[in-house]
Amino acid sequence: MQIPSAIVTLILGMVLVLGGLWIGQTINLLPVGASANAPIYDELFQVLFTIGAILFIGIVGLLVFSLIRFRRRNDQLGDGIAIEGNLPLEIFWTAVPAVVILFVGLYSYDIYDRMGGMVPLGHEGMAHHAMADNGDERIWGGLSSKAVDGEAMPLPVEVTAMQFAFLFHYPEGDITAGELHVPANRPVTLRMEAKDVIHAFWVPEFRIKQDVIPGQPTQLSFTATRPGSYPIVCAELCGPYHGGMRSTVVVDEPEVWEAWFSSNAKSDDSTTT
Amino acid sequence: MTSTISQASDEASSEVSSDHGHEEHGDFRMFGLATFLVADAMTFAGFFAAYLTFKAVNPLPEGAIFELELPLPILNTVLLLVSSATFHKAGQAIRQGDNGRCRRWLLISAGLGIAFLASQMVEYFTLPFGLADNLYASTFYAATGFHGLHVTLGALMILIVWWQARPEGGRITAEDHFPLEAAELYWHFVDGIWVVLFVILYLL
Amino acid sequence: MTVATPPEIQSAVPRLQPSGWIRYFSFSVDHKVIGLQYLVCGFAFYLVGGALAGAIRTELASPVSDFMARDVYNQVLTLHGTVMIFLWIVPVVNGAFGNYLIPFYVGARDMAFPRLNAVAFWLIPPAGLMLISSYFLTGAAQSGWTAYPPLSITTPAAGQVIWILSVLLLGGSSIFGGINFIATILKLRRPGLKLMQLPMYCWAMLGTSILVVLSTPVLAGTLVLLSFDIVAHTGFFNPGLGGNVVVYQHLFWFYSHPAVYIMVLPAFGLVSEILPVHARKPLFGYVTMVYSIMAIVGLGLIVWAHHMFTSGTPPWMRLFFTIATAFIAVPTGIKFFNWLATIWGGRINLNSAMLFSCGFIVNFVLGGITGVALAQVPFDIHVHDTYFVVAHFHYIVFGGSVFVVFASVYHWYPKFTGRMLHEGLGRLHCALTFIGFNLCFGPQHWLGLNGMPRRVAEYDPQFTLINQISSVGALLMAVSTLPFLWNVVQSAISGPLAGDNPWNALTPEWLTTSPPPVENWVGEAPLVEEPYGYGVPIDQLDLAATSGRDLWSSGK
Repeated sequence: MQIPSAIVTLILGMVLVLGGLWIGQTINLLPVGASANAPIYDELFQVLFTIGAILFIGIVGLLVFSLIRFRRRNDQLGDGIAIEGNLPLEIFWTAVPAVVILFVGLYSYDIYDRMGGMVPLGHEGMAHHAMADNGDERIWGGLSSKAVDGEAMPLPVEVTAMQFAFLFHYPEGDITAGELHVPANRPVTLRMEAKDVIHAFWVPEFRIKQDVIPGQPTQLSFTATRPGSYPIVCAELCGPYHGGMRSTVVVDEPEVWEAWFSSNAKSDDSTTT
Repeated sequence: MTSTISQASDEASSEVSSDHGHEEHGDFRMFGLATFLVADAMTFAGFFAAYLTFKAVNPLPEGAIFELELPLPILNTVLLLVSSATFHKAGQAIRQGDNGRCRRWLLISAGLGIAFLASQMVEYFTLPFGLADNLYASTFYAATGFHGLHVTLGALMILIVWWQARPEGGRITAEDHFPLEAAELYWHFVDGIWVVLFVILYLL
Repeated sequence: MTVATPPEIQSAVPRLQPSGWIRYFSFSVDHKVIGLQYLVCGFAFYLVGGALAGAIRTELASPVSDFMARDVYNQVLTLHGTVMIFLWIVPVVNGAFGNYLIPFYVGARDMAFPRLNAVAFWLIPPAGLMLISSYFLTGAAQSGWTAYPPLSITTPAAGQVIWILSVLLLGGSSIFGGINFIATILKLRRPGLKLMQLPMYCWAMLGTSILVVLSTPVLAGTLVLLSFDIVAHTGFFNPGLGGNVVVYQHLFWFYSHPAVYIMVLPAFGLVSEILPVHARKPLFGYVTMVYSIMAIVGLGLIVWAHHMFTSGTPPWMRLFFTIATAFIAVPTGIKFFNWLATIWGGRINLNSAMLFSCGFIVNFVLGGITGVALAQVPFDIHVHDTYFVVAHFHYIVFGGSVFVVFASVYHWYPKFTGRMLHEGLGRLHCALTFIGFNLCFGPQHWLGLNGMPRRVAEYDPQFTLINQISSVGALLMAVSTLPFLWNVVQSAISGPLAGDNPWNALTPEWLTTSPPPVENWVGEAPLVEEPYGYGVPIDQLDLAATSGRDLWSSGK
């Protein structure tokens, strides 16, 4: 019995979509997530991965099927069918990708907003602290923290990048360190500037990155959620030892961090909570 | 250097671009020049975009000097605009077959162009800032210098055309005067760029 | 309408024969000679760039920097990028095939400006040799092909200045070529040939050349400013002197994003020529293909800042460029669906040209999907400047453009030389390249997602295995060029004779001898109004249909 091709197409499409959803749900390509950004990012990744898998498998499947089904047999000398176009079909595959793209765009806008990307830069709690004199300086790029729960003031840290190291300075306790120590579950705002060439501050487990630019301060806010040590990677070619320009961010439980902070703080009035 | 075959193809191709070109397609050399000028304009656009961005986001540091006087540049603008008009006159003359009048107008145009260059040099030497003094100064010199290079080339072109338009043995005639038309389009282009440059660098 | 040369000249014009090989080293103005000069010269530089890639993958076979000095590594990666982009892909997909094919397609005997054409080619070898010799003389540039200041200002000046000079020369060559293509396509068409009857490659080259003419000069101006910073100590891009490094990035990417389309649009055009011939079907959706190309050109000029999502860019800018970039996927998608519809229902000849074209579709679809993902700011913020991006753009420029270059060589080799390539070696080449390529670059997506930045000579030990797999893939790609080289050289000497039109193709370059004579046709140029008139009407289709519409008999 001949099954109508429309039904075959429908079934194949459903199998494809379900398969793509299954792939998107099961295959995880990302490292462990350790910041409040990470689950939001992973959600976007899953959606993009699902759509990508459906498209890729669909197109490659169609291609391979065509190559096998329509290959020229030895006894065939003639041409294929003279079809030069099909307007409804072309409208269909213009409109569907456009709608998908629009959806992805709106969705990623929402994700970016949830990551704090749309909050104006440089209007953070930093101005209330030791950097009050720098409060109105221009921040050229980066991510702001949403700071939804007003009780937790972001912890300000000044990051200086140079060939080939990161330096972290805590204005509140006048601590300078080569490693970044942050408490879990409290927003941290990095104000970053480079001494010499462009560097980039990247913590893969936090899913955030921002260039550190000489002459143009940038900012990066995040809330670490998972205690542990994670690599800080320079992601912008900065010279011969670019590959070795690494540091570590240590995420501590708030009490442990507090102990670290007070044992290193220089001035007495530094302990804040 | 070249083998006989490539010479043959050389002749064949020049035949394509001259004879066949004229018969079938008209003259597309002006089209090619116009396309090149679009590209050239994009170079200036890059400089202007850089300058406007610097002005928008990089305030002049304290103590840095970037002050431009207007009288000399206004004179320069007038010189170039008049030279455009005189070049146009030269073009009209050649189309009427008057090589002598054409050459007079060409000389006047070249003279105005050289006067522009001289006046530009005067401005350079009287400005209170140097090439590497600050960001605005550097961009100013880069843009005006690049334009000055264009004017220099244009003045040379005019003189070459002037030589080619000599009554005896010259190749420019009422019927065939592509070099003159090309130089004219180029010269108008250089003047147009100057007007934009004048507005952006001196007036804004 | 009279195009025919007088009979006495016809007999005097010598035919283009392989025996006169010295002209390939001369300042020839024959577009076919220039096209082959571009192709062979580009391929030589491809081997150089490939050797550099081999050095990079050897260094990355172990997690520590042990194969070469760190600054040498940076020189190697800079040269690799510059050579592959400016000396291999751009000259070959534009210069080589453009010069060879465009005059045929518009029914002309040469390009609009033959001498300018020769000048444009002869800028390339000196520029390329200068660039490579800088490695031996002064040490090459170390700041990557992007040459971001302040790094490019602080690394040794001599190498960087030579790099700037050679890129300026290559940019000039590209602009001259672009002007020539625009003039040829718009002004040199055979009388009676309408724009909407042109083969698709003409449209692709027209779009590409518009991009070249509009964007390359901006790069040239920017590099001149950069050289001032290095030589005259101005401060355009030097923050120590009040300059703004991000402005360089904007100007640079205003060229270098369109440069991606300068590398892939011609490839799209070439694929559009190859697929209908070997699938024996008309190109599906000609009109939408043309509009797609022009949409890509228009959008391609306003998306550059998606390379700067982690740079000093404010939120509104990041958002605008996300949306503009993502929408390029729509016209690109149309082209891919049209190609799939072209082969659907065809009589597909699974030869090397077809297989390489299909490899291109697979690779480019993957590169396009990761491209749409990268266009999303929040996604890009994690993977920008990582091996994910390295994988993405190699899927675009190698999996896309280079696969098409090989497909095109297999398709047009009979026209270039009059001889056929060995089909078995071609399929072996295709299989090795496809497997090697995917083995090399597929795993790099994972590397980037998990924390390996690009342009590093050393990495975390946890990435060792995947990097070694990638290096094995690179080795396979290197091996894959051997059957190709053997095939090309051996077939030129003793391959079976191809005849004028071995594929029974309808586009004009096949309607002359192989190799074609100087001036392309003996007698009048054919007027090809339906370059894709393959196929039999659906009501006449049956298995006994032995031949499609034959152009010679249809009176064109």
